[in-house]
Amino acid sequence: MSRISLKVDGVRYDDDVDPRTLLVHHLREHLGKVGTVVGCDTTNCGACTVLMGGKSVKSCTVLAAQADGQEIETVEGLAGKDGSLHPVQQAFHDSHALQCGYCTPGMIMAAVDLLAENPEPTDDEVREGLEGNLCRCTGYQNIVRAVQDAAAVMRAEVPAPRDAGTEPMEGTRGTTSPAAEEVAR
Amino acid sequence: MTTAEAGPTPQVGAARSRKEDARLITGRTMWTENITLPGMLHLAILRSPMAHARITHLDVGPALEAPGVIAAFSGRDVADVQGSMPCAWPVTEDTVVPDYPPLAVDEVRHTGEPVAVVAARDRASAMDALEAIEVDYEPLPVVLGMEEALAENAPLVHGDQGTNKCYTWTFDSVQAGTGGDVAAAEADAEVVVKRRYTQQRLIPAFMEPRSVVVDPTGDQITMWSATQIPHILRLMLAMVTGIPEHKVRVVAPDVGGGFGGKLQVTPEEFIAFVAAQRTGRPVKYTESRSDTMMSGHHGRDQIQDVTLSARRDGTVTGLSIRLLANMGAYLGIVTPGVPILGAFMYNAIYKFPAYRFECTGVFTNTTKTDAYRGAGRPEATFAIERAMDELAAELDMDPIELRRRNWIKHEEFPFTTVATLTYDSGNYEAATDRAMELFGYDALRREQAERRRSGDRVQLGIGVSTYTEMCGLAPSRVLGSLRYGAGGWENASVRVLPTGKVEVITGTSPHGQSHETAWSQIAADQLGVAFEDVEVLHGDTRTSPKGLDTYGSRSLAVGGAALVHACERVVEKARPIAAHLLECDPADLEFTDGAFRVRGTPEAAKTIADCSLAVFTSHDLPEGVEPSLDSDATYDPANFSFPHGTHLCATEVDTETGRVRIRSYVAVDDVGRVVNPTIVEGQLHGGIAQGIAQALYEEASYDNDGNLLTGSFVDYLVPGAPDLPHMVTDRTETPAPDHPLGAKGVGEAGTIASTPAVVNAIVDALRPYGVTDVPMPCMPERVWRAIRDAREGAPEGSERS
Repeated sequence: MSRISLKVDGVRYDDDVDPRTLLVHHLREHLGKVGTVVGCDTTNCGACTVLMGGKSVKSCTVLAAQADGQEIETVEGLAGKDGSLHPVQQAFHDSHALQCGYCTPGMIMAAVDLLAENPEPTDDEVREGLEGNLCRCTGYQNIVRAVQDAAAVMRAEVPAPRDAGTEPMEGTRGTTSPAAEEVAR
Repeated sequence: MTTAEAGPTPQVGAARSRKEDARLITGRTMWTENITLPGMLHLAILRSPMAHARITHLDVGPALEAPGVIAAFSGRDVADVQGSMPCAWPVTEDTVVPDYPPLAVDEVRHTGEPVAVVAARDRASAMDALEAIEVDYEPLPVVLGMEEALAENAPLVHGDQGTNKCYTWTFDSVQAGTGGDVAAAEADAEVVVKRRYTQQRLIPAFMEPRSVVVDPTGDQITMWSATQIPHILRLMLAMVTGIPEHKVRVVAPDVGGGFGGKLQVTPEEFIAFVAAQRTGRPVKYTESRSDTMMSGHHGRDQIQDVTLSARRDGTVTGLSIRLLANMGAYLGIVTPGVPILGAFMYNAIYKFPAYRFECTGVFTNTTKTDAYRGAGRPEATFAIERAMDELAAELDMDPIELRRRNWIKHEEFPFTTVATLTYDSGNYEAATDRAMELFGYDALRREQAERRRSGDRVQLGIGVSTYTEMCGLAPSRVLGSLRYGAGGWENASVRVLPTGKVEVITGTSPHGQSHETAWSQIAADQLGVAFEDVEVLHGDTRTSPKGLDTYGSRSLAVGGAALVHACERVVEKARPIAAHLLECDPADLEFTDGAFRVRGTPEAAKTIADCSLAVFTSHDLPEGVEPSLDSDATYDPANFSFPHGTHLCATEVDTETGRVRIRSYVAVDDVGRVVNPTIVEGQLHGGIAQGIAQALYEEASYDNDGNLLTGSFVDYLVPGAPDLPHMVTDRTETPAPDHPLGAKGVGEAGTIASTPAVVNAIVDALRPYGVTDVPMPCMPERVWRAIRDAREGAPEGSERS
């Protein structure tokens, strides 16, 4: 057993862990942080992505012992203490960037890291930046849109949108799409 | 809407953002794997490394000595109690339904088949103990290919059955009285297109691995499972194990995707059920991704021989389909029926005067196949849409023009097809015109011609797919005539609480489809309550006692109709109460804009909430009125739902490297009236992505010994964000005449439509090189080989000017 100390979503935890314990299993099974999930066993899907020292890591590919002394942030710690959503969470909601939601914790954390690295990405850069996170439901289109919307909010170019409510979201009535000219381009 | 100033904003049709998201974006979810119960044991399952072998020795004894192990058992240990996995759809009277023990007893028939289970205090102890189990296998000959399996003297997957043939199912329009004879049509045809297409094997690859928790400690044994079908699962547990149905409760908590892959009753669920009963303690089993890919059911895997007869003016005169469908080693819940769902769809949107379909199901030493998004209909649509493009090329006709000459015209609906279905409504003209406009069809054709002329290394291809599908499964009597073991109705109930808040209980079981949002919109409109005041309950046989779950694009098409009817009954029960409160005759009331109003004096109004409070106190109800507004309804559709649409894909194909890039993708779908356009668009995006994935990336493959070569996401290429294009989606709206909201199904449409659009575009790009097909997935190597093969030995007549 190894003695480790982690700060997870602002709370310090000191534990003895089996050296083979993965960070994701430590989070889920010992600390009760079940918001972070496991989707594969080969580091491909990214569902378990968390921030470690501010950088995104796949927590299935980090041993708990390796994380000793680190600060970990999961999707559960992203919202403000008052419950206010992080701009990326809000944008995922507003843009319908999730369906079943299983990839979402990892996808959101990867997007947070992506925007920290590149606050003004192109659509292609968003796609490349999220390459390590698989989603089976959305086809990624609304995820790209959400990340761009969040980026704009985080650059403070546009005010944070409120829940779209009964107002049709832009572009969702009838023609949900850019016009033919954009296609031709 | 009239008198809108008085009423609430209509919810149906509004792009409401989702109720479900609040928990999903903050990590406050209840996945099955998150569940921990007092005293819970963790299961690990030993799986066969052999594709076909006799188990000559199996001893779990050493595993029992390992630390933390509470129990371990093999198939032989539970042979008398574990039962046989059910198949609910033997499609013919003589369909071979082999014994299918959850834990193999004497013989294993595919790699990954469960052979023993360990229950331990934690997951790691259980997995460690698997290594201590002693097991010896005597290898048996393996048969993997379908044609090989049907050959004489082929090794038998099930020796006791004497054959690898599961069934042969035929449809002939002569016998059905719906059309002529395909042989005659072929003999008289001016043009005959014969093609063979292979639908490669796919893996559903939902993101949440399957997981099951069983608690045997209550009066009811409770099973939580990552399933699409909690109600069917409960029934099957009862029927197979003999446990009385009322002693079993099944819960599908948050479920992370399914796509048909969780439309299954799994050996793992039964193994966990038995393990919980034997140990008397709660147990949990969560599979790894590799387990999922090895032993969760696969999809597709068919060989299609297509014969299309036509006149030179493009009029189609006959269609004959011969299908081989790989069942795998065993039959899952609807394995034999999947290709039969396609039988009614090969004729697609076209007016074929003669049609014949023959399908043979084949056993092989592979993981079983079963439903995967579209289930039979993507395969059918692919074959016909590819063949129509081939016919267009043969006739040197524009592929859209060829389709126009043959499709059912808007004014011809409802239209009874050669395959006996009555298509309810459609407007193929409108969807196609809109798609061509968004796509810039003519400009792209001009660019294609220019690139061909200049001999550009990167050629442009345009792929067309005009599809329809039958969904909204399904009219019960039709299912009965196809020998399916259950009906196709759906149930909904509505509870009006004393404060006027509403609980909707649905028999559908969402796992990403947003029922909590969409059903709230429907109930809000029907009852005149706020969207926020509706709670949708689902996926627990204790709260939602009756239902047939979610698959086959049925939830809104069937379950949504049930909900509308349940709400209508609430309104009718409230009517005499409202009349009493307003001191008028019930006949003088109309329910408009969310309240009962006296005709002619709309300012006097009583809401459902007013009535529910009156019901709660019951101090002053009219004589003989039951003090309840709660209602339920079970809806059995009279017909399927037939969404349709036109998808256009432009690909750029590098003729030197074989690399394919989707340049643009336009989808115009008609799914009838729409409850929530945002949700519909999301369903289409995801569906199209999965169809593109079949066209370009995904294939489950085995080596010659039957080992799955694509057992993880390293080898099985589920596309990531950079692998998929931006999609342009739009809709036309042709209401479904038989549905109270005019809605049709949408869940499978994108997947059904997109695969042929992409492959048609690739082949179209390469026609000047003599290429007439590229096998899926169209990876660069295959595209490159297709070009090389065509150049080296272009078949006569395939070279086009």
